[in-house]
Amino acid sequence: MKIAVCVKQVPDPEARLRVGADGAWIDEEGVAFVLNESDEYAVEEALRIAERTGGEVIAFGLGPERTREALRKVLALGASRAVLLSDPALLGGDALATGRALAAAIRQEGADLVLTGSASSDLGYAATGSVIAGELGWPHAWLVMGVELAEDRRSVRITREMEGGMNELSAVVLPAVIQVQAGINHPRYASLKGIMAAKKKEIREVAAAELGVDAGRLGRAGSRLETVSVALPVSGREVEWIAGDAAAVAAALVTKLEQEAKVLR
Amino acid sequence: MNGPVWAVVQQKDGRLQRSGRETIAAAQALARELGTSAEAVLLGDGLAAAGEELKGMALAGARVVEHPRLATYTPGGYVAALVPLVREERPAYVLFPHTYQTVDFMARLAQALDAGLLPEAIAFRRVDGEVRWTRPVLGGKLHAQVRTVGEGTVLVSLQSGAFPADGVEAGSAPLRQVAAAVDGVDLQREVRGFESAGGGAVDLSKAEVIVAVGRGVGGQEKLAPVEELARLLGGELAASRPVVDSGWLPRERQVGSSGQTVAPKLYLALGISGAIQHLVGMKGATAVVAINKDASAPIFKIATWGVAGDLHEIVPALNQALKERAGGA
Repeated sequence: MKIAVCVKQVPDPEARLRVGADGAWIDEEGVAFVLNESDEYAVEEALRIAERTGGEVIAFGLGPERTREALRKVLALGASRAVLLSDPALLGGDALATGRALAAAIRQEGADLVLTGSASSDLGYAATGSVIAGELGWPHAWLVMGVELAEDRRSVRITREMEGGMNELSAVVLPAVIQVQAGINHPRYASLKGIMAAKKKEIREVAAAELGVDAGRLGRAGSRLETVSVALPVSGREVEWIAGDAAAVAAALVTKLEQEAKVLR
Repeated sequence: MNGPVWAVVQQKDGRLQRSGRETIAAAQALARELGTSAEAVLLGDGLAAAGEELKGMALAGARVVEHPRLATYTPGGYVAALVPLVREERPAYVLFPHTYQTVDFMARLAQALDAGLLPEAIAFRRVDGEVRWTRPVLGGKLHAQVRTVGEGTVLVSLQSGAFPADGVEAGSAPLRQVAAAVDGVDLQREVRGFESAGGGAVDLSKAEVIVAVGRGVGGQEKLAPVEELARLLGGELAASRPVVDSGWLPRERQVGSSGQTVAPKLYLALGISGAIQHLVGMKGATAVVAINKDASAPIFKIATWGVAGDLHEIVPALNQALKERAGGA
């Protein structure tokens, strides 16, 4: 099977963020970028399916030039090739514009199955995979916690998370797009051998003009959403800060728990 | 004149879902702001009782889209049922509750309609004649103000709790049965059944004190002081999603949109940044103590008491103080 996996590079969830000079996004200076968390699980799931079926995994990344690092990581984990969509004309789009570009690139490669993460931890639209499916005319499933390929390889059985601690058990006909939820598996670490091998693997760059999609439907130009500004959330109630060394903080907390929260007996 | 604002809602056990009532409250507020009408679309099967409920709300219309093929959610069925309605009536906005189900099909609906797609809004306001939406980004660390550009309907999903359900304006709504065009359409998914995700064994909803850990705890081997703290407080241990995904604590102790919803007297959030998916599960707590190295973490926005520091230093000190108090009492 030929499996496409789409990945995004996002700010490290542990990073401290500052609003950038334009007020419309973060200041990326000094911020570490990592592979988006649920994408890591999608990559692992793709590799496992490829290993079971004797197939190959092709990684797709859309984003600025630094996305190359994320693709290199996926290659080190075992993908055979990668496609980088870093053309400025493809950047800054909403989920619809981004999904269109990725779908066009995947169509050119051909795939039996597309895996993505369930959501990016930065913009969090949780929609790019569904859009890819819609563009390709394939079924999709979002928030998938289990994937099992049918013996005839014409469908996948999926376990899909619902609210309230329930799962949906369903089947989706291939080709399809599966949007993987974090926690579905235990992602592997790249081996030294894998890291060395990745250096020789191909990362093919595809320009916007090569996608066969109207330029007005891609990137910022094709986006229906425009971020005007970002800011720290406004608090509903003011937090009461407790400062000092650990012993002082502990003593103050005990007083709060005893006298105000009234949870100590 | 703007097109109407629609709220797409569903029923559960014969009642409108709370998230649906929240969506209607938001549609009414947005329609007032835009000087247009609010309408509802009720989707599913066996909708008589929920339809009655809609009749008592201030809506210019309530469409009931009922079909046995809509009894169980499928993306193909829901998209097929909604596309002709939206195409014909051209609402300016279609609002949905931001549930897992909505996320699963909303993007497909937007594509089918060539509509705008704005997931997970938590507020809107009118600025210079246009609507600005607020949505959390970067795990809730920042809020983005977003506007829509271009022509045509915009689909918006609304985060749970952002528009309180008790804000629904009472009135009367004419009910109209609308045919659902779902006979013979590809449902895109064969739903075979449902199962518990294995979260039922521990009921955190009754706990008076919950000691919850997040990614910031750093590893399973570092949990011992936290477990001791939970014991000393007579509380339950809980976790945010990344902790469960990493296997440090079992899924049955997960709090948040994909785990349990809790409302203890005291919630201690240790090394939890406070992504919205976690906050929706614990914002009902009476008091929240948050300990996190990052003073700008969103958890502090809902905390009663905040400590910007290292939980690995503070928790042992807190354990010590609690033991001394118990010993001295």
